Amino acid sequence: MGWETVIGLEVHTELSTNTKIFCGCEISFGAPPNTCVCPSCTGMPGALPKLNKMVVEYAMRVGLALNCTIERNNRFDRKSYFYPDLPNAYQITQLYAPICTNGHLDIEVGGTTKRIGIRQIHMEEDAGKLVHDSSVGGTLVDYNRCGVPLLEIVTNPDFSNASEAVAFLEKLREILLFLEVSDCRMEQGSMRADVNVSVRKEGEPLGVRAEMKNLNSFKAITRAIEYESARHIQVLENGGALVQETRRWDDDKGASFSMRSKENAQDYRYFPDPDLLPVNISEEWLESVRSSLPELASHKRERYIETFGLSEYESSILTSHRNIAALFEAIASNSSQPVESAHLVSGEIMRLMNNTATPPDDLAVDAEKMSTLVGLVANGRINRKTFKDAIELVFTDDSIDPEKYIEDNKLLMDSSDDAVNTIVDAVLSENPDAVKDYNDGKSKAFGFLMGQVMRQLAGKGNPDLVRKALTNALDS
Amino acid sequence: MLEIGAQQLALEIEAGRISVVEATNAYLDHIEKNDRHYNTFLALDRERALKRASEVQEQIKAGVLASPLAGVPTALMDNISTKGMATTCASKMLGNYEPAFNASVVDKLEEAGMVILGKLNMDEFGVGSPGAFGPVRNPWDTSRSAGSGSTGAAAAVAFGGSPLSVGTDTTGSLRQSSAYCGVSCIKPTYGLVSRYGIVASASLDQAGAVGRSILDASCLLSIISGPDQKDGTCVASEPLELAQNFDGRLDGLVIGLATNCLPGKVSAEVKAAVLEAAKQLEEAGAVVEPFEMPYTDLAAAAGYVISAAEAGSGLSKYDGLKYGFRSKTATNLDELYRESRSEGFGYEVKESIILSTLLLSSEYYDRYFAKALQARTLVKDAVDNLLARFDIILSPVANTTATHLGETRTIEADAFTVAANLAGLPAVSLPCGFGEGNLPIGLQLMAKPFADQLIIKAANAYQMRTSYHTQRPEVSS
Repeated sequence: MGWETVIGLEVHTELSTNTKIFCGCEISFGAPPNTCVCPSCTGMPGALPKLNKMVVEYAMRVGLALNCTIERNNRFDRKSYFYPDLPNAYQITQLYAPICTNGHLDIEVGGTTKRIGIRQIHMEEDAGKLVHDSSVGGTLVDYNRCGVPLLEIVTNPDFSNASEAVAFLEKLREILLFLEVSDCRMEQGSMRADVNVSVRKEGEPLGVRAEMKNLNSFKAITRAIEYESARHIQVLENGGALVQETRRWDDDKGASFSMRSKENAQDYRYFPDPDLLPVNISEEWLESVRSSLPELASHKRERYIETFGLSEYESSILTSHRNIAALFEAIASNSSQPVESAHLVSGEIMRLMNNTATPPDDLAVDAEKMSTLVGLVANGRINRKTFKDAIELVFTDDSIDPEKYIEDNKLLMDSSDDAVNTIVDAVLSENPDAVKDYNDGKSKAFGFLMGQVMRQLAGKGNPDLVRKALTNALDS
Repeated sequence: MLEIGAQQLALEIEAGRISVVEATNAYLDHIEKNDRHYNTFLALDRERALKRASEVQEQIKAGVLASPLAGVPTALMDNISTKGMATTCASKMLGNYEPAFNASVVDKLEEAGMVILGKLNMDEFGVGSPGAFGPVRNPWDTSRSAGSGSTGAAAAVAFGGSPLSVGTDTTGSLRQSSAYCGVSCIKPTYGLVSRYGIVASASLDQAGAVGRSILDASCLLSIISGPDQKDGTCVASEPLELAQNFDGRLDGLVIGLATNCLPGKVSAEVKAAVLEAAKQLEEAGAVVEPFEMPYTDLAAAAGYVISAAEAGSGLSKYDGLKYGFRSKTATNLDELYRESRSEGFGYEVKESIILSTLLLSSEYYDRYFAKALQARTLVKDAVDNLLARFDIILSPVANTTATHLGETRTIEADAFTVAANLAGLPAVSLPCGFGEGNLPIGLQLMAKPFADQLIIKAANAYQMRTSYHTQRPEVSS
């Protein structure tokens, strides 16, 4: 019998609320040290935590999107340990009664769908940051990050390999972005995952697990899972025994190292935080959050396919990021040309983003100008080439007025039937041989005549109109 | 001037017969002259108090103060944060700590034009007796204890060092100290007074008011109570309304007399005084019905476990890094924690931290803390049921009069008081007689959550018929 790997995830994500979870301090990344602090988040004697309701709402959004039970009566606990970045010497978190329980998320890997159980989601506060400063010959503490709200999403041990874990994290990230609750920037630490790995022979009970920390990218997660599961198998096959432990992943060395075993684990002395009342979620509150839940990518995909008739492929490009979907929807609604808008965003805009190495998070395109151009091309007022050029101009420089650019460069197509018909007539009378060839069934002649007319229209011709006029003239 | 009560003093000040500076000076002089016998004040800042007194006088003249205690001096237990004024919790750990912010009750006192005389001695962080600055002595007998926890808050009012004080009550400390010192106090419903800026353990603790009469204390409570955005547990939607025109009648009121609390460990003189008080309340029109108070042992044990566990957790922030005491001998982080906490905390506080660590450890949590939470629910449900039968529950505050200084305190001392903390109920402590050695005896009235006004009415009816609360100890000088 072969080995199978069993993996569970604990995902921490920083919420993007304006203020901290237990005080009114602003959250501002990169602010000078200790400028976003108050008595409460620096643990001054007598100062109290006061729960920020937006954090509860954000947690409810995530719980609803992950099909969880929203616990109508949840509460906070204290997790105690001494560390200089933790001013109260306890972290306020939820252990005994978390806000969301018992959910699931379906992922697609290799063409099959797998359901991953969500054990619980809880709210907690982040700790501060230690800054090692050689100029003072020591370590300084920056409390700005103390009290930044975090959600911890804990899955069941339902993954069998790294690609499933990564597929889950990618889908979770997409959901959190569409819910507008987090920036999910792994490289900045606003989304981080701890991975629990164990191995067992098929059909046997769960093996001894290792919790892997310090995983800062999907690639690191993949490598760590593969390394750790191979290590477990090797130890067991050599007749060794594993201990339950926490291990740190070193991505440079491509190896994991023991941090502490279960025997040496700290006792965090969890107990209900008496400074905070239980969080009671009323039916009305839950309903208002449920009804204002932003539309998720998977729903958008289905809607694009059903109502706009887009392909599955194009829909998935458009929903690959919240900003891309938002841009598409804005252009489509302004221009009333969903299909043309979809082609624009999934094609030209994606190409331009790629060329300019613009990450979707930084996508800032003037949707109104784009919709103007979509309207012009769809109504045959500009041709494809003009459209493409103007899109690129607006993409790279949003001060450009596309209508003025088209007017200044006289790119508006001459679409009056008379003008086209006059030129068509002239071209036909100048090229009797080609007309004869056409009438003899030589289709190449049509292309030649078409080219002649377009040349005379000096790039402003609408090919569809020209084709129609030419066909009419030849066949009459 | 030191003889008149707080509300009367406010009227004299309003009428211009006494100035705020005169009143403040009179109290400061009295403290400076006599407090050496009682050790109630830790910090006294004459200059600051007098400057404040003149400002308040100007505000009163300008007619911009609408408060019923404008210009009246008061004193605060030293676990209540005062901006720019040392707040030590009677611990070496916070010996040099000056808060950068006021507790919300301090803001409310200042808005009401009250003058803070100084900060009052207490047990170290409310749990370690005596504090780092020595014990408070009972003004009725300086060889006796002034209670537990909030000792300075009661003793200062008793010897006339302040007409009023604010202190906190976790398992009954403010009521017990008031009973031992012969003053009146009210521990309000949990959630009526903001806890923001008060250094205390948490789910049991409420700030209360002490005065010479229950009306003086209640008047102070009307000022410090009310909503506060900074404290999520402060659920009050408005301050306590100060009732006027109590007529001393209690017709129709049903009072439960806790009879099983009376025999056994309750001294004969305390029992007699409480039964006599029950008679007085009957004569005022109330119906007194005896009943058996359930779960008294459980309540005391639960209060002990919960308060110790919470206190230890709250004390973990004193790590020598941010403020307060820092050991000079430490050479690394672990030593800094260990040495600062070993040197900064007193013996009983350390004992309490060790106990908390044990109670909350994963090995013992279910055996002690989880059981204490269950017991708390049992007690709360039982008391809620009783208060469906009775408007008010009458009992002693403590089983004896003041004990000798240094005598070991047992958890039975909290047997009558702790239920109000476990269930978040309002309760008052009133002088109801004197025992051997002319030591005061206290009675307790307890009612439903937010029935603070009702017990004030009953307490006032009692004080209209008796004069125990008007008696003062002889101040030795």
